[in-house]
Amino acid sequence: MESVAQLLEKIPKYDALPETISALMPILASSVILFAMLALAVLFMVWLERKVSAHIQDRLGPMVVGGWHGWAQTIADALKLLLKEDIVPASVDRVLFKMAPFIVFLGAFAAYVVLPFGSSSFVTDLNIGILYIVAVSSLSVIGIIMAGWSSNNKYSLYGSMRAAAQIVSYEIPAAVAIMTVVLFTGSLSMVDIVRAQTGGIQNWFLFRNPFLFLAFVVYFIASLAEVNRTPFDLPEAESELVAGYHTEYSGMRFAFFFLAEYANMFLVASVATTLFLGGWTQAVPASIMPQIVPGPVVFFVKALILIFIQMWMRWSLPRLRVDQLMYINWKVLLPVSFALVLGAGWMATL
Amino acid sequence: MEVDYSGDIMTLNMGPQHPSTHGVLRLELKTDGEIVADAVPHIGYLHRCFEKHVENVDYAGVVPFTDRMDYCAAMNMELGYVLTVEKLMGIEVNNRVRCLRIIMAELSRIASHLIAAGTYGNDIGSFTPFLWCFRDRETILDFFEETSGARLLYNYNWIGGLMHDIKPGLEEKIIEFIDYFEPEVDNLNRLLSDNFIFIKRTAGVGILSPEQAVSYGVTGPNLRGSGVKFDVRREEPYLGYEDYEFDIPVGLGEHGPVGSCWDRYMVRIREVKESCKIVRQAVARLTPGDVREAVPKRIKPPAGEVYMRTECPRGELGYLLVSDGSLKPYRLKVKSPCFTVMSAFREVSRGAMIADVVSILGSFDIVLGEIDR
Repeated sequence: MESVAQLLEKIPKYDALPETISALMPILASSVILFAMLALAVLFMVWLERKVSAHIQDRLGPMVVGGWHGWAQTIADALKLLLKEDIVPASVDRVLFKMAPFIVFLGAFAAYVVLPFGSSSFVTDLNIGILYIVAVSSLSVIGIIMAGWSSNNKYSLYGSMRAAAQIVSYEIPAAVAIMTVVLFTGSLSMVDIVRAQTGGIQNWFLFRNPFLFLAFVVYFIASLAEVNRTPFDLPEAESELVAGYHTEYSGMRFAFFFLAEYANMFLVASVATTLFLGGWTQAVPASIMPQIVPGPVVFFVKALILIFIQMWMRWSLPRLRVDQLMYINWKVLLPVSFALVLGAGWMATL
Repeated sequence: MEVDYSGDIMTLNMGPQHPSTHGVLRLELKTDGEIVADAVPHIGYLHRCFEKHVENVDYAGVVPFTDRMDYCAAMNMELGYVLTVEKLMGIEVNNRVRCLRIIMAELSRIASHLIAAGTYGNDIGSFTPFLWCFRDRETILDFFEETSGARLLYNYNWIGGLMHDIKPGLEEKIIEFIDYFEPEVDNLNRLLSDNFIFIKRTAGVGILSPEQAVSYGVTGPNLRGSGVKFDVRREEPYLGYEDYEFDIPVGLGEHGPVGSCWDRYMVRIREVKESCKIVRQAVARLTPGDVREAVPKRIKPPAGEVYMRTECPRGELGYLLVSDGSLKPYRLKVKSPCFTVMSAFREVSRGAMIADVVSILGSFDIVLGEIDR
């Protein structure tokens, strides 16, 4: 944010602005930059998901819009969604119904503030960074419950109840798995966590020791459940609940749910990258190979690999049942993650 | 320890417009949270007065109506009907017609089971098997299109023969497809049937015991899934099925009790392989001949009553035909396999979870066109 503020000061007559506005300007500017970046990333991810699914299913996927492999398909879809009529069904709770998609998106978007994309490309470096992410990303549960409740539709209600139960439950093993990393860094700051992993692939927490490797697996599974991806996509289980909590939504409000889903996917992939895959640091240490590739590029490549795995799983696995989902969380992941914290703690004291 | 979890009952109408009711079925679910206390199926949304209609058209005109009953296996539907009329009129068809009918019926069975397996994967939440199955089904539909001109509703079986002979060279193409397709089934097994989550979701769910299955009159793969070895092709052979070598797969209960959704699903997958065997044998037995040799100039059966049953992909399809000696059937009653299995649905799904209801319904593989008629 400091660099954004410095950039803003180069604008002519910036000093002439009132104090209150000039204090808000850097915040506004960085949010806009972040949002634009996120929107671009989501557009790309939606296109990628369609391509990945198509090739897994022996199809070609979008091929027409934009020319080269249908690259502009998602842009056209986004425009279509924005231009569609905003339908609010007659019997919904209007205030909650209209607010819900934005709150769901807010939960995902707010967490991006602390993600360090590069050694200097981050909005802010909170000293409680990872805790902030865990906390703020739970906000979307409120939005989902609002959507399900206000839609006045039984399928929506089922979907939102499932989502709430699922997200709240799976946050526990995810947070405990994150703790294993914090044990090694002694800091909750995202930037510090990445700095602790500099110096090549063997310093990434993923390969530091077996406990951290398993913690990564636990975090990855739990994060899939947190973002409602297959095999944990029960809240949107098409064959059971039609479309879950966003059954009644259309147009731009639906687009926001969609945006939030992909923003969440990218968020958990980014958090996993930061915590376990060394964030912006390169696999080959600087002493062997000069670091020519910019940090953000490295970061995006790592996150995209994780996102690809998420997509791969989505298009090859069936869906779990509610009780099986809860069984995995409370009886498998949670004990395992506690054991991992003990193991990692023991390793950290060695 | 027994704990009373019962809470308030909420009525959830699943269907008639719902992604996984396989057509226009309405399930009235009495739900207690995720548990389904009772599931009442309401049928009739696709009732088209088929049985009344056919009383007003001549015998040959009934065939297109039968196509529209089970639109996923139209070949088998019309086969059953033409066999019924032929039985009443005492028409004997030549070997070529018999072999071609078997080839078409078995290909249609493969196509139908592919839909069943694919949509079942979709019901359980995996979309990829659906498209893999449809990709292979497409080849079969291409064969049908090449032969009869239609891809879904063929009107190919005529009373006393077939509409056309197959195009020269089609039999090689069919064998080529079977050669490609048989290993492809194992691919599907790797993707879906043996998937851990899939087994967890289907095995031990929706158990239909052999006794229940027999008492409800369930037939076809659903009955065989419960471990009862009964197949009309073996019990009352028609078209010379007695001369063909094929196994009748039954549910073995590899994962949990016999008669679960997984068993019913797996019986279909294994039947597809048996159908491939039958197609190979039937192609080898093809002899030259005129496929319209026995087609009567005027279809006017003697007065009388006849019942004929055939094994369609979804079970035993029976036609009861009453003739008063005129040019139109006096009465045609259809015994639908999907209707009988639907009657067992309520008992099987009681106490299941919402996701299980979808799973059970998918494993029954119903087609509403045939239930409602």
